Amino acid sequence: MNSASAPSKLYSNDVSLLVVLLDANPFFWASSAAASGDSASQHHPTAVLSFSKLLNHVIPFLSSLLLLNQFNQVVLITTGVNSCSYIYDSEEGGAESATGKVPAACSKILLRLEEFLTKDRLLGKGPDKAVASSVSSLLSGSLSLALCYIQRIFRSGTRHPQPRGSPDGPEQYVAVMNAIFTAQRSMIPIDSCVMGVQHSAFLQQASYITGGVYLKPQHLDGLFQYLSSVFATDLQSRSFLQLPRPAGVDFRAS
Amino acid sequence: MAVITMLAKYKTTVKEPGIPGVLKMMEDVFSFTPNDPRSAKKLKVDFRNIKGHKFSKDGSKQALLNLTQVPEKGGGYIFEFNNFADRNVCRDFVGKVLGKFQTLTSEQTDQPSSGKVTASEKATASIEQLSTKEMEHRMKLLREDSELQKLHKELVFGNVLTESEFWATRKALLDDDSDRTLKQRTGFKSAMLADIRPSTDGQTNKVTFSLTPEIIHQIFSEKPAVHRAFLNFVPVKMTEKDFWTKYCRAEYLHRTKNSVAAAAEAAEDEELAVFLKHDDILANEARRKIRRVDPTVDMVADFSDDYIHLSVHGILQDGNKETIDSENDFAKRTLAHDVNRHATVVLEGRALDIELRDTRAVAEALARSKEASSVDTSDENANLGRQERAVRMTELEDLQASHSLPYASLCIKDPREYFDFQQVNALKALGGTGSRTIDYSLNTEDAYYYLLQQISEVKLQGVHNPVVQSDTALKVLTGLTQQISSTRYNLGKNPQESVLDRFPKRTKDEIMLHWMSIQELLRHFWSSYPITTAYLYNKVLRLKSAMADIYQKLKAIKDVQSDFRHQISLLIQPMLQSLDAAFAHYDAEEHKHSTKNGARLNGFVQ
Repeated sequence: MNSASAPSKLYSNDVSLLVVLLDANPFFWASSAAASGDSASQHHPTAVLSFSKLLNHVIPFLSSLLLLNQFNQVVLITTGVNSCSYIYDSEEGGAESATGKVPAACSKILLRLEEFLTKDRLLGKGPDKAVASSVSSLLSGSLSLALCYIQRIFRSGTRHPQPRGSPDGPEQYVAVMNAIFTAQRSMIPIDSCVMGVQHSAFLQQASYITGGVYLKPQHLDGLFQYLSSVFATDLQSRSFLQLPRPAGVDFRAS
Repeated sequence: MAVITMLAKYKTTVKEPGIPGVLKMMEDVFSFTPNDPRSAKKLKVDFRNIKGHKFSKDGSKQALLNLTQVPEKGGGYIFEFNNFADRNVCRDFVGKVLGKFQTLTSEQTDQPSSGKVTASEKATASIEQLSTKEMEHRMKLLREDSELQKLHKELVFGNVLTESEFWATRKALLDDDSDRTLKQRTGFKSAMLADIRPSTDGQTNKVTFSLTPEIIHQIFSEKPAVHRAFLNFVPVKMTEKDFWTKYCRAEYLHRTKNSVAAAAEAAEDEELAVFLKHDDILANEARRKIRRVDPTVDMVADFSDDYIHLSVHGILQDGNKETIDSENDFAKRTLAHDVNRHATVVLEGRALDIELRDTRAVAEALARSKEASSVDTSDENANLGRQERAVRMTELEDLQASHSLPYASLCIKDPREYFDFQQVNALKALGGTGSRTIDYSLNTEDAYYYLLQQISEVKLQGVHNPVVQSDTALKVLTGLTQQISSTRYNLGKNPQESVLDRFPKRTKDEIMLHWMSIQELLRHFWSSYPITTAYLYNKVLRLKSAMADIYQKLKAIKDVQSDFRHQISLLIQPMLQSLDAAFAHYDAEEHKHSTKNGARLNGFVQ
């Protein structure tokens, strides 16, 4: 197959549909929180982010995207350990109540997240104790969900940035690669924003093959800045913007 | 620059005996003082007024050097020397000085002094232009190659290298050019020279034909029968002059259409008849060509090539349309015949490359070349080859089987990606991941509980305002910018681009110039060792000071703060290293030399 690394379509406007895949692997987030509580000499203080802080960055990012263009659409999908689900779709109308300090959309997101997590926990049939680094979230599942959604909408100019922290699960390799190639065929760039300690080979390959951006932010405090300056760029602008590239791509099949 | 003092005789024309005296040449002026103090012919002339110099060939009667002046003043100064060696020394000196002046003023036009010598100049007292030609040549090279010119200016005018040293290493450049100009083959003129019209003298009954070697060459090429006749008759049966007289007579008769007179003369003189008959060689050739025609319609020849035997269609020469008696089997050459034959010969190209001096030589050379070419054509293998080709070309495509085989197209990936991948692995091996991960074993319940807690925390607190601190944001942006503009990611991606191209133009030019100067200086430096003469020693000193200058300049470039500092220092490093090696060698030699001298002086071994 062709390994064209950039879509050759000319985008005539800067409307975009963004599907964000958020990694909600509780083991990863809990362990990173525990690690930050530990002797901080071994870790960079900014190398870990608590989940709440993450949400603090991601939710404004989604709102800002909606601000960029009237026709932009944002979809949020979470990747759990046992399941994945659509959390939020900006096209959805409906009366929401702003609860307290939190704006309406945000509260909806949070509510849904909670529901998802409880469901996920119930679905889990694994052992009660697990080593955090060995539990991977279902990337392939969420990628497939995202791609199906996009196909249904069938709009040009869709992207998915994915904040992701947990390690790659080798059992998902084939499924993930399938999803990546589908994305490549449909000319959907996959951007990846990786938090956590290691690079992710899957996401590197995904971004490389589909022509997206791969980024491992150095300063996690400024995550929002990273998101809005790199990942918010629409596809039309990417033809004349220079975005950060990784030094090399790890092509190994894990 | 040296000063040359020589005994010479000054004269204004070649024929004069000349006034003996002393000629002194300095850097920018030359003077002549006659031996006889009473004589008024003292000279002191600035070289700027001298445009060029001419000199007589080595071995001719007088050893002359003629310094020609600016065209407005006209004339020149002629000096006669006692021997050619003296004259040559002066000549070289003058040439050098003039060359220096010419490059200073950077004249574009050819020197007016280099009188163009045509090939037909007589040999006695000939004036050769070799040295000026060389000077011109050098100037042309300098003009064409601006880098060479810059190098030349820097080194020669900085008194680091002399002109001769500079060009000594570039003999290849100088020689190549002259070879090239000779190689171009000139063809025949397309004007029909062989159609010679005589000049008639109105008063007497003489008709004058003028033949030059060029015309003769053409005649031989176009009329092989005449060529054969020449080879056979001259000098056995008649002299060359007679031969040409007969030929011209035949031409004249043909032209005047006086067929009766032609027949009469031919009967008398059988040699003349040769010229009037059909050119049978041509006829043979035409027949042979027709036999060889490729049936696959390769139009090498067809029947009308044998145009001599065609019935008369065309206009006869001189526009006369009358039909000629068929009993005369003399060649009924029409204008079309002649033009066609001439065109064929011109297109075939010139068989000989030699200069035309002697008719006999021309004829023989032509005969030799014809022999060579005829051997090739009458080859059996050639016939077979032709037949095979005919068969191949008559292939009927409809009846062939289809050639399309199923194939899989290659998918060739860019090999550079492999190297990128290796780099990532290398980074990983170096510990690019940072700190070691510590594995925690967690309770599932706890993990989920933690997450839910986090979410409710957000619910309570709401989203922070501002989302990001301004200084953090600034840090992020600068980090991103550096990462994007870093050259690490651009190297090796584009095969057409080189690192040099990414520098600003001025830096690039500077570095290139320094590089070329260093090459030149080092070449001369290393070739001067071992030092045997004082001249070499001085040269090495000069080179060393120039190298020290460049060394300083390179260091300054290296220290300049810029985006490309790393690349520039990588480029400059080998240059500095080579200069360091040269300096070290020089110091070592100096030390050796001084200890040797010291030992000799004191007589003790230190």
